[in-house]
Amino acid sequence: MTRVAIVGAGPAGIAAANVLVAHGLAPVLIDEGLRPGGQIYRQPRPGLRLDIMALLGAEAENYRRTHATFANLKDRIDYRPYTLAWAIDDGTLHTMQDSAAATVDFDAIILATGAADRTLPIQGWTLPGVFTLGGAQVLLKEHGCLIGRRIVFCGSSPLLYLAATQYRAMGAEIVAILDTTPLVAKIAATGALMAAPGTFARGLGYMAALRRAGVAIHHGVALGAFEGTVGVEAVRFADRHGEEIALSCDAVAVGFGLKPETQLAELAGVELCYDPVFRQWLPHADADGRCGGNVFVAGDGATVGGAQAAALTGMLAACAALEDLKVAVVGIDRARLRRQVARLRRFQRGLARAFALPVDALRTLDDGVMVCRCEGVSAGELRASIRAEFGPSEVNRLKAITRCGMGRCQGRFCGLAAAELTAQTLSVPLEAVGRLRAQPPVKPLPIGIRRAD
Amino acid sequence: MNGRLVRAVVPDGLPLRILVDGAEVEAYTGDSLLVAVLAARHALRRHEFSDEARAGFCLMGACTTVVAAGMHVVTAGAPGFPQS
Repeated sequence: MTRVAIVGAGPAGIAAANVLVAHGLAPVLIDEGLRPGGQIYRQPRPGLRLDIMALLGAEAENYRRTHATFANLKDRIDYRPYTLAWAIDDGTLHTMQDSAAATVDFDAIILATGAADRTLPIQGWTLPGVFTLGGAQVLLKEHGCLIGRRIVFCGSSPLLYLAATQYRAMGAEIVAILDTTPLVAKIAATGALMAAPGTFARGLGYMAALRRAGVAIHHGVALGAFEGTVGVEAVRFADRHGEEIALSCDAVAVGFGLKPETQLAELAGVELCYDPVFRQWLPHADADGRCGGNVFVAGDGATVGGAQAAALTGMLAACAALEDLKVAVVGIDRARLRRQVARLRRFQRGLARAFALPVDALRTLDDGVMVCRCEGVSAGELRASIRAEFGPSEVNRLKAITRCGMGRCQGRFCGLAAAELTAQTLSVPLEAVGRLRAQPPVKPLPIGIRRAD
Repeated sequence: MNGRLVRAVVPDGLPLRILVDGAEVEAYTGDSLLVAVLAARHALRRHEFSDEARAGFCLMGACTTVVAAGMHVVTAGAPGFPQS
């Protein structure tokens, strides 16, 4: 029987599985999570009386539909939760479940690997109490936990407003929202944001409701430092007039948008292309997510597009896989799906412009700040290495010399800053310094990993 | 409990106990190790290459190990832990 593997059980992976099952296939669905839903539709763990529908608000219906789809599929697919897909080579997917290694052979593979928070180094960002914005949301949805009691939400992301709204509803004190992008940038992007007027209006609604509730919202700030001794105790920033302000808090959620998890696509041989709007390297694929060979990408792991686009691209990737496997696709209006995806991606490009990455802040980043959290490599060490005679002009060389990006996170959280710092120091465009190459395992494996029985 | 994380919703069921560096930590069935430790304490471990305390960051990486009653955890920075 034709074997299709899907990596990721968020909206894209579940939608892809649904299409494949409707065409008589029984795909293998590899899920790193304990339960399906991905990050966006993460379910509360069993025994937790969290009203997830109330928390999700406008997203509740999509959450319900995604999980209903999965419930209908689960006996007709080979679902493997709590399973890490850690490498792809020669047409074989390598997985680990509970320290047991296994391989999955496939005729086609759909990578619906999602995205992680995009981060930038800031003075004090390694202090206990500083968490990623997406992580803070996942903690709440899955475990009903807050990252602290008095919280500053900061960075450059539309999710700042949603996350703060959710945290406030669950009893947290929102000290302030510090948005590094100026209000004028958001107004300038209004045209593109009208590609998804409903989502745009919801975002404005969150912002207005937070203001009415008395939450301080600052646009156009420059983040100075997260301060504290044993944990974060304050955030120092300059407001849009340049006035220095320090706010006391016991936790910080920080995020600068999302970064696709492209490591497995790269290991599968997919070419990555630089996108100047997102300032990211994205898998090269056609409009249906076809990358060549038997590899397909869908969801935020292909291009950040949000949950709705993820589900639609999951369907398109499944159709493309079926077509390439010579299975006739029936009952799906692909032209319509493509138009919807194109519209949603226009919206995301608008968001990327409205919530631009404050890369210029890196120019004044103190030499003492750790850029690589895992290996403890500072901005000063990186700059000195780049400036040295015959110093590296490409990030993989920089990694070899300094160990930046060589640690547990495999460059997920420092790779971008390392590349931006290299480009700034050498005065060359970002794409000229390359990107950290993916290496297997894409996430750490325990030393006691064993072959599955 | 007096840790970094706040349980906005307390899980059903009775707490169980795990040992972290020899000290008892209260946890609930379904907690990840990170959640259990940070709900009771302010940090998880020492950073390998500096003196800094660390308390997780991305909350969606590889730290999803689930707690089990009687689990005994030794962190980097604990007495007797091999130093790099």
